[in-house]
Amino acid sequence: MSEATRAEVCAAACADLFRGDGEIVAAAVAGFVPMLGSRLARATFAPDLLTTDGGPSLSAEPVPLGAQAGTVEGWLPFRDHLWLVLNGRRHVVMGPSQIDAHGNTNISCIGDWKQPSRQLLGVRGGPGNTLLNTTSYWVPKHSARVFTEKVDMVSGVGWDRGAHEIRAVVSNLAVLDFDTPERRMRLRSVHPGVRVEDVLAATGFELAVPDEVPETRLPDAGELRIMREVLDPKGLREREVPA
Amino acid sequence: MSSKVMSVEEIAGSLESGMTIGIGGWGSRRKPMALVRAILRSPVTDLTVVSYGGPDVGLLCAAGKVRRLVTAFVTMDSIPLEPHFRQARQSGALDLTEYDEGMFMFGLYAAAHRLPFLPTPVGLGSDVMRVNPELRTVRSPYEDGRELVAVPALRMDAALVHMNRADARGNAQYLGPDPYMDDLFAKAADRTYVSCERLVDTADFLKEGPVQSLLISRSQVAGVVETPNGAHFTDCLPDSGRDEAFQKLYAQSAADPDKWSAFSERFLSGDEAAYQDAVRVWREEAR
Repeated sequence: MSEATRAEVCAAACADLFRGDGEIVAAAVAGFVPMLGSRLARATFAPDLLTTDGGPSLSAEPVPLGAQAGTVEGWLPFRDHLWLVLNGRRHVVMGPSQIDAHGNTNISCIGDWKQPSRQLLGVRGGPGNTLLNTTSYWVPKHSARVFTEKVDMVSGVGWDRGAHEIRAVVSNLAVLDFDTPERRMRLRSVHPGVRVEDVLAATGFELAVPDEVPETRLPDAGELRIMREVLDPKGLREREVPA
Repeated sequence: MSSKVMSVEEIAGSLESGMTIGIGGWGSRRKPMALVRAILRSPVTDLTVVSYGGPDVGLLCAAGKVRRLVTAFVTMDSIPLEPHFRQARQSGALDLTEYDEGMFMFGLYAAAHRLPFLPTPVGLGSDVMRVNPELRTVRSPYEDGRELVAVPALRMDAALVHMNRADARGNAQYLGPDPYMDDLFAKAADRTYVSCERLVDTADFLKEGPVQSLLISRSQVAGVVETPNGAHFTDCLPDSGRDEAFQKLYAQSAADPDKWSAFSERFLSGDEAAYQDAVRVWREEAR
């Protein structure tokens, strides 16, 4: 088995987000890498996780990216997804356009809300997700434009605005968490080949940095085989995070 | 037995400027696009549109039909951002009420149940409260004493939905994997218009799908119209998937004024039959 690519390191880090979550819905809506991560977690250390095929079917087994559920174990149309947000048995991974040091995020618009310079999606489910569900984030291109001092429109609430739990942020460079007394963003690990300075330079606010920053773990041979041969044989992960 | 069968022109003609119009579907999925196109051709304007938005919102914005939009997002799913909606927002032309997806659903539930509001914690702490200063909060009268957002009822003058099957009296059936919120739109509106892929005899509904696929009751429905491929270019599973190539053409055209006038001329200058013909010809050429 050849060495793990950056995308595979990121997917394994996304899988690790779900450790200990138990029998809840993993809603990895932010892209191929977190979706792969949630299914990888289910295929390995977190068999109780519930995952979808990207549509309203809860699949009986973790399905390959882009494939439809074979055997279906449940039905989760949008209205029930919104019920689940309030009910709380859900861990969502979203993709922020902006995120600040407390984990407040913006997917709505850039600039003044009344007349934005760039209109984006709108807040979508961000306010509810973050207030009531465990939330993590996936950033495929770590930059100071995304990691900003202040977000223009708080669509997802951070630790300082009543978030349920902002667990971690996985980017193409590093894993970041909020494991500081004041719940500010902290560098947990850098991916192999990335230096701490690279992360600091690509972050628009002051990051908490421990004395020793470990490397993000490499996926093991079993995980690599599952990603490459079963869950993502077309290599969609590599498109999202070019080597 | 009374028939409620109408034409898309009759339905659009029954709408008035200044109305609040709900549009079913979700993003670029099962949108009543034939009815939206009929509105584009009608003189109606100054609308408040309530929608989990997709190209329905984009097209109505591009035609200057929308004064105010109530939404949680506008997206085309496989193409995340809707270009006409973006332009409308970036030019400051659009009055927006921006809600979380779940808040929006509670607004529909409240209206459907004829309640003034429904409480939810969702929105607290977020800028949804900042940009919608008219939103009020309430405190739970029970021991928990929690502060909650009172989401106002999203009452609508009319709702438009696209379904897979319907009968002439307005009963309507969905055969895809997700009902979206279409029945809630129908219940929240004073009157609902259903377009459908195929009109069927009432007796044939249960040949098409199980009884629980009968999503909308005729008691909510004012008019029904058969518009085959009427959700185009959004999806209408299982009858048709999203026309990804055409959606791409739409998005590329929408991003450039010259291309947009060519697109409008080619596809939107005639009636619905002309639209469907133009799409067929385009598909032949693209092959």
